[in-house]
Amino acid sequence: MMEKMIFGRYVPADSLVHKMDPRSKLTIIFLFVCVIFLANNWQTYAIIGIYTFFMIGLSRIPARFLYGGLKPVLWLVIFTFLLQIFFTREGTVLFHLGPLKIYEEGMKMGFYISFRFFFLILMTSLLTLTTTPIEITDGLETLLGPLKKVRFPVHEMALMMSISLRFIPTLMQETDKIMKAQIARGVEFASGPVKERIKAIIPLLIPLFVSSFKRAEELAIAMEARGYRGGEGRTKYRQLSWKMVDTLQLVFLAIITVLLILFRS
Amino acid sequence: MDISLSHVDYRYQANTPFERLAIQDVSIDIPSGTYLAIIGHTGSGKSTVLQHLNALLVPSEGTVAIGDKEIKAHQKNKDLRKVRQRVGIVFQFPEHQLFEETVEKDIIFGPMNFGVTEADAKKRARVALKQVGLAEEILEKSPFDLSGGQMRRVAIAGVLAMEPDVIVLDEPTAGLDPRGRKEIMDMFYQLHQERQLSTILVTHSMEDAARYADQIVIMQHGKVAKKGTPEEIFSSPGELVQMGLDVPEVVRFQLKLEEKWGMNFEQIYLSIEQLSSAFANKLKRGVRL
Ligand SMILES: Nc1ncnc2c1ncn2[C@@H]1O[C@H](COP(=O)(O)OP(=O)(O)OP(=O)(O)O)[C@@H](O)[C@H]1O
Ligand SMILES: [Mg+2]
Repeated sequence: MMEKMIFGRYVPADSLVHKMDPRSKLTIIFLFVCVIFLANNWQTYAIIGIYTFFMIGLSRIPARFLYGGLKPVLWLVIFTFLLQIFFTREGTVLFHLGPLKIYEEGMKMGFYISFRFFFLILMTSLLTLTTTPIEITDGLETLLGPLKKVRFPVHEMALMMSISLRFIPTLMQETDKIMKAQIARGVEFASGPVKERIKAIIPLLIPLFVSSFKRAEELAIAMEARGYRGGEGRTKYRQLSWKMVDTLQLVFLAIITVLLILFRS
Repeated sequence: MDISLSHVDYRYQANTPFERLAIQDVSIDIPSGTYLAIIGHTGSGKSTVLQHLNALLVPSEGTVAIGDKEIKAHQKNKDLRKVRQRVGIVFQFPEHQLFEETVEKDIIFGPMNFGVTEADAKKRARVALKQVGLAEEILEKSPFDLSGGQMRRVAIAGVLAMEPDVIVLDEPTAGLDPRGRKEIMDMFYQLHQERQLSTILVTHSMEDAARYADQIVIMQHGKVAKKGTPEEIFSSPGELVQMGLDVPEVVRFQLKLEEKWGMNFEQIYLSIEQLSSAFANKLKRGVRL
């Protein structure tokens, strides 16, 4: 039931994107989120689109899997699109849809915003699909390292993040298991009146909460038993290494940025 | 109610990079009233097979027939609730499914979902609680205040209270103490005897499989490696060891006897009583040690 979920999942593969240093991947994602706002006409959106799909190609994540996993999000994208075209009232009227007037500007905004949303989702999913939670955390901790000087709890943040990422699949499995147990006891999650379906959530949520709290406690005890004392003076087993690919990828994104600036209107 | 699986394949996470063929070409017949044990190494697909028995999983290939309901691959299967009402399933670590405020409410949850009235369900709860060997005082307690073993029993009572025709057990006694283990297993066996309840048991205990089952299926790497009566299954210990399994202690003992003293019993005995009387007979007839 929860099998198709792809958020927070790592898909092992032997690809250029997998080999990249998490620091460069995180930097690229951060820059991408900024750069995407440069796009404001179809040429620039096309450039962003080509870049996104090029990166997906490089990552060797099967397109069918990505599509299956992002299907629920696609509805959100379509919803955004509809919101835009119905509620923007600028430019010339393109056509009438019953009592509604569809404006040129609304159409444009609808396309642009939903595409921007879509590309952002693709790129960020790509990050978690090709990078293990540990790598993401290590990368983030190093990148945010300077903030330690102003007493920002970088290590704790990174730890919290890696724990949450690590437990997403576990939680999914658990959800699946408890759902099955309750379905066997006559609960209907997928059909029936809405009111019944909302009530059906309770036999699922309570056991999930109970087991999550139990797991958190066990984890805390296990960490203490192994002498965890926070980030002070902690060394790392895995060393991050910046490679040629990483530099090239950053240069590539720089070129894309220049192209965007040239083509934007 | 007869259940049969014919040529069933199941793929977890089909169409993703994590796709995994968990069971392959599994055919098993379970006529009404059978006590079937499924044994096999960890990861061999036992739990996956079980979940087909009440349509929690729909086969990727093949057909599952539960009573007169056929569940086929590649089609929409509706009305599965009726099936689920008649096939009760006790999962591995069933205590994780408890959620209500009181034990009583949790036990009547299943029956009431299937349309039993509250008064009736409460009666059933009392009966079920007795069957699993718990005292009635517990009914008003919160299930989360119980010990692990008690929680397990409450969860089992919740399934029994649905009064199914078929009961499916996925290692129901894993993690219980030896006495609790025997109590629970004996209780299921008694139900099976009294009500002709079809029982399907997944177990890692060869002793339980030998003691209770009429039929045994061995799973290996997602396929049915062997089927037969306990006598047939346990008469070739070499094969079992190869599959990462073992024979019951009695059988091991008999083999040791044969090896050490060159005795030859005509058959495999699955209980210590049978073995000792056969042994005594031999001694009477004057076999020299
Ligand atoms: N939700 C799932 N997603 C992907 N693969 C799964 C899932 N559940 C089980 N599997 C795989 O299917 C195979 C069979 O699993 P199954 O749970 O049926 O084994 P089992 O015989 O019950 O093992 P055990 O004795 O440990 O309970 C295993 O290799 C397992 O990794
Ligand atoms: Mg199992």
